[in-house]
Amino acid sequence: MALSLGKSKRILQCLKSKICVVGLGKNSFWSGWFHHGCPSSMAPLAPTCRNPDAVLVNAATQFATRRFESTKAEKHVDSLCDAEGNQLLDFPGGKVAFTSEMRFIPESPMERAHCYRVLDDNGQPNVSNFVQVSKEVAVKMYATMLTLQVMDTIFYEAQRQGRISFYVTSIGEEAINVASAAALSIDDVIFPQYREPGVLLWRGFTLQEFANQCFGNKADYGKGRQMPIHYGSNKHNYVTVSSTVATQIPQAVGAAYSLKMDGKDACTVTYFGDGGSSTGDFHAALNFAAVMEAPVIFICRNNGWAISTPVSDQFRSDGVVVRGRGYGVRSIRVDGNDALAMYTAVCAARKMAITEHRPILIEALTYRAGHHSTSDDSSKYRPVSEIELWRMARDPVSRLRRWIESNDWWSGEAESELRSNVRKEVLDAIQVAERVEKPPIAEIFTDVYDAPPSNLCEQEKLLRETIRRYPQDYPPDVPAL
Amino acid sequence: MWGTMRQRVSYLALNRTRPVVYASRSYASGPKQMTVREALNTAIDEEMSADPKVFLMGEEVGEYQGAYKISKGLLDKYGPGRVIDTPITEAGFAGIGVGAAYHGLKPIIEFMTFNFSLQAIDHIINSAAKSNYMSAGQISVPIVFRGPNGAAAGVGAQHSQCFAAWYGACPGLKVLVPYSSEDARGLLKAAIRDPDPVVFLENELLYGQSFPVSEEALDSSFSLPIGKAKIEREGKDVTIVTYARMVDYSLQAAEILAKEGISAEVINLRSIRPLDRSAINASVRKTSRLVTVEEGFPQHGVGAEICMSVIEESFDSLDAPVERIAGADIPMPYAANLERMALPQIDDIIRAAKRTCYRSAPKAAAA
Repeated sequence: MALSLGKSKRILQCLKSKICVVGLGKNSFWSGWFHHGCPSSMAPLAPTCRNPDAVLVNAATQFATRRFESTKAEKHVDSLCDAEGNQLLDFPGGKVAFTSEMRFIPESPMERAHCYRVLDDNGQPNVSNFVQVSKEVAVKMYATMLTLQVMDTIFYEAQRQGRISFYVTSIGEEAINVASAAALSIDDVIFPQYREPGVLLWRGFTLQEFANQCFGNKADYGKGRQMPIHYGSNKHNYVTVSSTVATQIPQAVGAAYSLKMDGKDACTVTYFGDGGSSTGDFHAALNFAAVMEAPVIFICRNNGWAISTPVSDQFRSDGVVVRGRGYGVRSIRVDGNDALAMYTAVCAARKMAITEHRPILIEALTYRAGHHSTSDDSSKYRPVSEIELWRMARDPVSRLRRWIESNDWWSGEAESELRSNVRKEVLDAIQVAERVEKPPIAEIFTDVYDAPPSNLCEQEKLLRETIRRYPQDYPPDVPAL
Repeated sequence: MWGTMRQRVSYLALNRTRPVVYASRSYASGPKQMTVREALNTAIDEEMSADPKVFLMGEEVGEYQGAYKISKGLLDKYGPGRVIDTPITEAGFAGIGVGAAYHGLKPIIEFMTFNFSLQAIDHIINSAAKSNYMSAGQISVPIVFRGPNGAAAGVGAQHSQCFAAWYGACPGLKVLVPYSSEDARGLLKAAIRDPDPVVFLENELLYGQSFPVSEEALDSSFSLPIGKAKIEREGKDVTIVTYARMVDYSLQAAEILAKEGISAEVINLRSIRPLDRSAINASVRKTSRLVTVEEGFPQHGVGAEICMSVIEESFDSLDAPVERIAGADIPMPYAANLERMALPQIDDIIRAAKRTCYRSAPKAAAA
C-alpha cells in the first residue's frame, strides 16, 4: 500500500504533533521512531500501533532495521533539537525553539541602532570604505544641493509676497534628496511624498519647470490641476506628488512588483517622513514587499517633526529602522545630513533590491530645518534655538562643501558664482512663469477619463457659451478658447 | 485567514426567487446556459490569456480558488506570479494594485465584498480615480476593482451595503453593475480592457444564477459598451429603471403588472457611471412614468440621481411624480424576516408602478 510522499509526511507530522503534546524528552521511547530531515525515509509507527495506513512502501525493511536500533534512541533526539539541545517544534511558519525561561523581549534596545556616517561635522571622512565619488559627481551633487537650497528660499519668499499660494521647503534635507538620487539610475521609478524636489532637480527638471508648476500656468506639466510643489514628470520617472500621506508607499511596492515581472534592471524608491511611518499604508507596504520579494527601497526621512508632532509623540520604537526587522525587511540607519553616507547606502540598497529581489528600508536621520510648509510657523511649537542650531551648525550643504573644498574641487569663487547664477535663474523663472497664460478652459474637462465622456463635452460647450454671454463674470487671464 | 467577522456565505447562492428566463429552455437546441460565476471566471481567464499584463490579486483568490470560487482554476493556469493571494489588508493590496497600474500593469483587485473596500477607499478615490486628472494624463490607472456588492442572505449590516451610489458619485471612476451572465462577461471584459479605473459591482446571490448566453457572448473578443443601458423588457405605460439583482425582481413585477393591464418597460442600467441618461429619458418620454428600484440606502441613492436627470431633461413628459424604491434606511438586520422587510420586494415595485398609474391608494395609505 504505497502512499505518496507528501501524504505520508503529513500523517507523520500529525502523529508527531499528537505525541509531542504528551511530552517528548531526550529519553522518550517515541522519539527514536521519528526522522527529521530525511526526505526519503519515513519512520513507521511504534511497533505496538498497527495502523496500516501509516505503513509505507519500505516500512517492512525499515521496521526490521529500526527494531535493532531502538537502544540508540539518543542519536535521533538531536534532530528534534537545535544545537544547544533546545527542543524544536514545527509550527506553521517554521521551526521554533522552546525555552523554559519566560523572557519578554524588551520594548527598547539596550543601545539604539547605530547611524552610518562617512563625513564628520567638518566634512572629513572618518572611514575609507565608502563609495568613492568622482569629482564630477561630487560637484554635481553639491551644486544641486545648493540650487535646491536657493530655490527653496526664493520660492518661499514668493509665497510670502503672495505670488504663489503655497510652498514646501526641503531645508536641511538636501543631502537626502540629492545624494539618494545620485546613487540611482534614471530607470528607477520615484514615488515621492512632497519633500523631495531635489530628486527631480538631480534628474534634470529645470527651474522653469518647477516655477511653471507652482504658478499653475499653461506650461505646467500638470495643467494647473494641483497645488504648488505637486510636481510630476514621466520622462524623469518621478510619479506625480499626491497630497495624501504615505499612499505612495504601497504603490511603490506594486510598481516594484511590475518591474520584477518585467525583469528590469531597476527598482522603485519611495520617500516618506517619520509621520508617514505611522500610517496603515506603511505597515501594509512593508509587509507586502517582504512577502512579494519586491525590489523597492523605502527611504524614511526621519526629520524629527510631523508638522507640530515630535517623534516622541509619533512612536515609541527606536525610530523607524527597527521596524524593518518586524516585517522581515533589511534595514539601515544613516546620517541623512551626510551626502556621502546617503550615497553609499543607497548604492548598496539598490544593488541588493535588484539582484536579490528584496525590499530595503533606509532611515535617514535629519532635521526639518524649515517649517512644515508656508501654512506653518514652527517657532510656535519648537525653540528657535533648536532650529538655528541645525540650520547653521549641521547644514548638510556646508558639510559637503567642506569635503569638496578639501579635495580642491571647489572654491570660494565657484561658490559665489554658483549662488548668484542660481539666484538669478530662479528669479527669472518666477518672473516668466508669472506671466505665462493659465491653462485653457478645455483642460478643465480633459483627463478625467481616458476619453472625454459625453456629459463633460456638453458641460464644456455650455461653459463656453456662458462665458461668451457674460465675459465680465469670468477671469480675464483664463483663455476661453 | 478567516476571521470571525468575515463570515463565509456558501457560494451556492440561496435563491429567494427564481429568475425569469425568457429564452426557451430546450437543452437540445436552445442557447447555452451559463452561470454568472462561470461568466466572470471565463472573462477573467480570457483576458489574462490575451494580455500578459493582466493579473488578479485579492484575499483567497489563489489557493482557495476564490472566496466565491470566481477565480477557480486560475492559479493553476497562470501561476502565483499572476494570481496573488494577499495578506489581510485591503488598503495594502489596493495601494499595491494602484502602484502596479501606474507602472503599466492591469490589475484586477478583488474585494471579498465591497463592504471591505472601505478600508481601501482612499486608494480607490484619491489615487485611482483622480491620478489621471491630477497628473494631467501622465499617470493612467487601468485597474479594475471587483467583488460582491449589496445584500446577500443573512450576512448582517457590515456585509450587506450597496456602494453603487458612493462610487457612482466620483468623477474619474467608471462603475458597472452587471445583472445577467452576458452582462457579467461583456462588462468585465470591457472593464479589464478599459484604460480608466473601473469599480465592478457584482452580487453574490447572482453568482449561481444561470442565464442563456448568445454565441456572440461566448467569443473571447466579446465585450459590451460601457455606459449603455439595456432594455430588458419593452413597455409603454411606465418605465422601471433598475440594476443588478433588482432587475430580476422588476422583470417579475412587470410580468404581474402585464396581467393587470399595465405594460412596464424595464431598463437594466448595466452602468452607474457613466449613467445612460439618454436611454432613461427616451423611455420616460415614451411612457411618462418612472419608478426607480435599487437595493441600496434611499438617501443620496442612485434613484435620486435618475430622478433629477429626468426632471432636468424630460420634466414636461412626466404624468406623475417619480417613485423611488430603495432599501430601508437602516443597517441591514440579520434575521431572515427582518432582512426581507429591509429590502425591496416585488410587491413594492408593483405598488409603486400602480401609484404612478393612479391605480392605487395614495402612498400614505398604502404603507
